[in-house]
Amino acid sequence: MTTFLGMPGPPADATSELRGSVPFPVAAEAGLTNSRLRRNLSKATGTIRAKRAAVVAEVADWEELREAGRAIKEAALARLPELLVELEEQVEARGGVVHWARDASEANAIVVDLVRAKGVDEVVKVKSMATQEINLNDALEAAGIRAIETDLAELIVQLADDRPSHILVPAIHRGRAEIRQIFLEAMPGLDPGTLTDDPRQLAEAARAYLREAFLRARVAVSGANFGVVETGTLTVVESEGNGRMCLTLPETLITVMGIEKVIPTWRDLEVFLQLLPRSSTGERMNPYTSTWSGVQPGDGPAEFHLILLDNGRTRVLADPAGRSALHCIRCSACLNVCPVYERAGGHAYGSVYPGPIGAILTPQLTGLTGDSVNDSLPYASSLCGACEEVCPVKIPIPEQLVRLRAEHVEAYASAHRIPSGEAAAMRTASWIMGDATRFARAGRSARLGRKGIRSGRAIVPLPPPLSGWSSSRDLPALPEETFREWWARTRGGERR
Amino acid sequence: MRIGLFVTCLGDVLFPRVPKATTALLERLGHEVVFPADQTCCGQMHVNTGYQRDALPLIRHHVEVFERALADGCSALVAPSGSCVGSVRHQHAEVARRLGDDELAQRAGAVANRTFELSEFLVDVLGVTDVGAAFPHRVTYHPTCHSLRMLGVADRPLQLLRAVRGIDLVELPDAEVCCGFGGTFALKNAQTSTAMLADKIAWVRHTQAEIVTAGDSSCLMHIGGGLARLQVGVRTVHVAEILASTEDAPWGSGEVPR
Ligand code: SF4
Repeated sequence: MTTFLGMPGPPADATSELRGSVPFPVAAEAGLTNSRLRRNLSKATGTIRAKRAAVVAEVADWEELREAGRAIKEAALARLPELLVELEEQVEARGGVVHWARDASEANAIVVDLVRAKGVDEVVKVKSMATQEINLNDALEAAGIRAIETDLAELIVQLADDRPSHILVPAIHRGRAEIRQIFLEAMPGLDPGTLTDDPRQLAEAARAYLREAFLRARVAVSGANFGVVETGTLTVVESEGNGRMCLTLPETLITVMGIEKVIPTWRDLEVFLQLLPRSSTGERMNPYTSTWSGVQPGDGPAEFHLILLDNGRTRVLADPAGRSALHCIRCSACLNVCPVYERAGGHAYGSVYPGPIGAILTPQLTGLTGDSVNDSLPYASSLCGACEEVCPVKIPIPEQLVRLRAEHVEAYASAHRIPSGEAAAMRTASWIMGDATRFARAGRSARLGRKGIRSGRAIVPLPPPLSGWSSSRDLPALPEETFREWWARTRGGERR
Repeated sequence: MRIGLFVTCLGDVLFPRVPKATTALLERLGHEVVFPADQTCCGQMHVNTGYQRDALPLIRHHVEVFERALADGCSALVAPSGSCVGSVRHQHAEVARRLGDDELAQRAGAVANRTFELSEFLVDVLGVTDVGAAFPHRVTYHPTCHSLRMLGVADRPLQLLRAVRGIDLVELPDAEVCCGFGGTFALKNAQTSTAMLADKIAWVRHTQAEIVTAGDSSCLMHIGGGLARLQVGVRTVHVAEILASTEDAPWGSGEVPR
């Protein structure tokens, strides 16, 4: 589709949670060498992969559903400006207030002002990627407002002053024993003598801790999985019910939603309510689906604010080749099947969006410069394609990774006058392989290299990046003649 | 049928036994095999590393060489590689178009339409699954990612392998998980790649197979490099080599090159 969607907006805030401090290969070391993380991740992703596969196999028209999901997202994005304005009208017609935020700092400032106006110094939070992305919690803290995460895994991350490592299960890298320790240190009144690492006991401790917060809270902050335009309805799907508590008990509800989350109708929602739980938790249906449209006197919050967040999204939208990354419904299926994610862990991506979707979305939100840390993300994949195969909205992730690699190389070339060593090597290889005579000569001289290899190892240590190969793999024995030499020798004259 | 052999750069320079076996197999099935000697490399490494501008001349060269082969009477172009055929089919036209060469994109599409991975060609075009091969060894099969997910060869290689006389074919657990090669991924993210390779090797060892086979020399080079480094004692053999092996000219006899 070549729909023109206007000028790209600015990239996401540099201060946002979308950038690590070191490139992926370096950041990955910490995960790769952490035996507890490796064990936890391989067990957790293995379990969820199997559950997903089983419940997806039950749905006879799964492929049609995926295609419907993709098509709805594509069509909605193609008329996003109009849908957003209509959503605003519908929400306001039902007593909600709509705010527009260009980036993280604008969104955070709006939330802070709203909370301050209520005269409270504490909010409860529904698990939300959008508020992670803008690092709302730190902005609130700077304003003297305490944010309490109420999703169990998110709470664990918060109490440990840690970073999330998975979209759905932010504490996937933590084990039971660690969680017990975190709770003991952070929750007053727990008895180390009786609290074990039994999941039920841990959940019970969190429940008691959170219940007080729910009853106290006067303001809640949430994200949204979907914004249904025709009725101005926001939706949150979850497993624990803690989100439902936040969405119904406090007097004021503030929702931060990425602008790409709009879908036109309830009929569209039907498709996603089938795709999401099966892809995400491997359940046929998620236990809690909350929907709300503006405010209802005597029922739920009396005040509702919707903040529509850009933060780099219009930038992604303006690129026809990249905009399908905005189809993402944050199910995390691509993380769970990714062999790179499973081994390196979510922190290696340096962004709140880890895994395959993070590798394409993060650099598009922040922009590629040729040198930035996020320029390493499109390379954090073997291009095996497992992600695309499971994605419920059919985002062609490998194709996008390949294109973003090209954008990285092109950005580097335009930012530097001297080509990188890699670029020079690639140029030379292209020159040699662009011509059969040169290529044949190179093939012949490769034979000279035979003497330089003994028992699969180079006699002289290979320089980087080739040392990456020889660190764990032998080199193949070089043949006595190339195929073309063999052909010419045995079938000479038959040259075509 | 006259078949144009697309040997791939890796097959030409590092693993000539694979295109040789492909030639032997297709000739045994009664076809004429020609080697368009001007071929070099499909440009996949350049594309996948981000160097599309440097890939473009390689793509153009590939298209020109194989257009000539088709004009010379080849009905099909066949390569013993899922990855290189995947690049021809899913990247060539795409890259040309992105770089503004629509004419090349069209011509690349036409060449791609006539290009087949070996197992696809045998099963879908020639309609054979029993190629008359014999290979009395315990073998496990690793489906390479690009053959599986870019081309969708599904179980075609297994159909072919199951029909081989004497073969003891044993299923590889977690077979569809990537071996960690990924071209320059193995260099740029060598540690993550090695972590993936370690698991692949563990499962290969678990099968008690003597040989691990696949349809891509590149992935076999990766798996084989790890097996050799760790002295696992398991060999890598391309599917084409197994299919080329017969009772009269068994693999390793010198009759069929290895
Ligand atoms: S990219 Fe697809 S699979 Fe990955 S989280 Fe988004 S919707 Fe799910």
